[in-house]
Amino acid sequence: MKLINRKPSRRLTIFLGLLPFAALLATYLIASDMRLAVNPSDKLLPSFQTMADTMSRMAFEPDKRNGDYLLWTDTAASLYRLFAGLAISAVLALVIGLAMGVLPVARAFFAQFTAAFSLIPPITVLPILFITLGLGEAAKIGLIIVGTTPAMIRTLAQSALDIPRELVIKAETLGASSWQITTRLYLPHILPNLVVALRLGLVPAWIFLISAEAIASTEGLGYRIFLVRRYMAMDLILPYVAWITLLAFVLDRLLLILSKRAFSWNHLEGDSL
Amino acid sequence: MSRQPKLSVHDLFKEYDGAPVLERVNIDVTEGAFCTIVGASGCGKSTFLRMLLSQEQPSRGEILLDGAPLPEEPTPDRGIVFQRYSVFPHLTVWQNLILAKEFEQAPLTGRLFGSARKKARDEIGDLLERIGLTPATDRYPAQLSGGMQQRLAIAQALVKRPKILLLDEPFGALDPGIRLDMHELLLGLWRELSMTIFMVTHDINEAFKLGTRLLVFDKVRHDPQAPEAYGATITYDLPVDKTARQKKELAETLLHDRPDSA
Repeated sequence: MKLINRKPSRRLTIFLGLLPFAALLATYLIASDMRLAVNPSDKLLPSFQTMADTMSRMAFEPDKRNGDYLLWTDTAASLYRLFAGLAISAVLALVIGLAMGVLPVARAFFAQFTAAFSLIPPITVLPILFITLGLGEAAKIGLIIVGTTPAMIRTLAQSALDIPRELVIKAETLGASSWQITTRLYLPHILPNLVVALRLGLVPAWIFLISAEAIASTEGLGYRIFLVRRYMAMDLILPYVAWITLLAFVLDRLLLILSKRAFSWNHLEGDSL
Repeated sequence: MSRQPKLSVHDLFKEYDGAPVLERVNIDVTEGAFCTIVGASGCGKSTFLRMLLSQEQPSRGEILLDGAPLPEEPTPDRGIVFQRYSVFPHLTVWQNLILAKEFEQAPLTGRLFGSARKKARDEIGDLLERIGLTPATDRYPAQLSGGMQQRLAIAQALVKRPKILLLDEPFGALDPGIRLDMHELLLGLWRELSMTIFMVTHDINEAFKLGTRLLVFDKVRHDPQAPEAYGATITYDLPVDKTARQKKELAETLLHDRPDSA
């Protein structure tokens, strides 16, 4: 049988899926052991034991200065910024993207502007946001909005344009008004794509969140890892990176589950990742 | 004929970027006619149908419906069934069928709730039975076979009781056996509802079997150096009766055996 037609069994699929993770861990373990054998106070590749100790201190022991449980206050602060930014982005993208997809007039108005706006490197806007909005939450949330909204608008506008013309015509012959066509045909068709856009937007959103926190913040996951970078505290940075990755992964899966629950009609055909 | 034609087309031209697709199309169609439209691919028969639907506008000429110019956009007086994308994939069978009623009764939300919704659902029971989709009421179109989807599409197009039904190769993607069932369904509905039907098909047998009038679209003028120079028009307009075997053979000859047809 040709290689393209060979499908792994269920057990093999799971095994193959876990293999890269195991390989990475094993490589780290060996390298860490080798360095620690030479120099027990090496900071670059701390042992799993050291990392677990550090993390349990962050999670379960109050901070000496302010009594906070730092892992949880950091996580709460970062997730609040992430959700606030993405929520505002989603609403903006939905309204503007829908208008662009449905109304030729709105498309003429927004298309060039969003295309130009989306090419601004968002990080270059960060100083402007800090100057205008101050160093508080607004600037960090603003950066996430600036960084994710243009791409989401274009994704949603395109998905509205991708709706077969036949369906729009059919709705017209059934007596629908422009508003009814928007709410009963366009909206249900682009909501699943809003979830897709959110899933894709999570990656840049995290990048901009961590960047903003690294530059000016007093709490947050990004703030923490850039703070302890000065002490080369890899025993904290590595687990924090893993924790951020885990959060991102869980959010992505939750959005996928939401999409399958809410828009089951959209998952009836084809494979999806 | 003293009676006003249901639909008349006067001196219709259609060109895309200067390239003519249709030229000098003239036809009067009486109410209740079943016009089948055949022709080589690219001869503008679907374009003609789209203009009857107001999906596209003629470059020149006019189309009159009951003596008045066609509206500039699709309206409920003309129903349509496409070959694909004819039903709404995000709605189940019964939701597809009550949609027109929802548009009519709920201008703002486009949705019916509670008892109004239940009433609308009850009202389509007979229609569902008629198209044989009662067991599939709660399924999404993607979970239906091609034939079931097209039956749903026809039923949906008829909910608004259009005076004119337009069909663009509606059975093109279906198996021959399924097609026969669809023919029965369509002929039954046509007789019952006294509609005027225009149906584009590439199946000449289907055209003869279903139609009361067969329109053949073809190019009358040909420039071998510039095949795109001239558009097509209605070259044959045949009333179809059950002894039309000879005409059928004639049409087949015209359609398939012309040496320079692309």
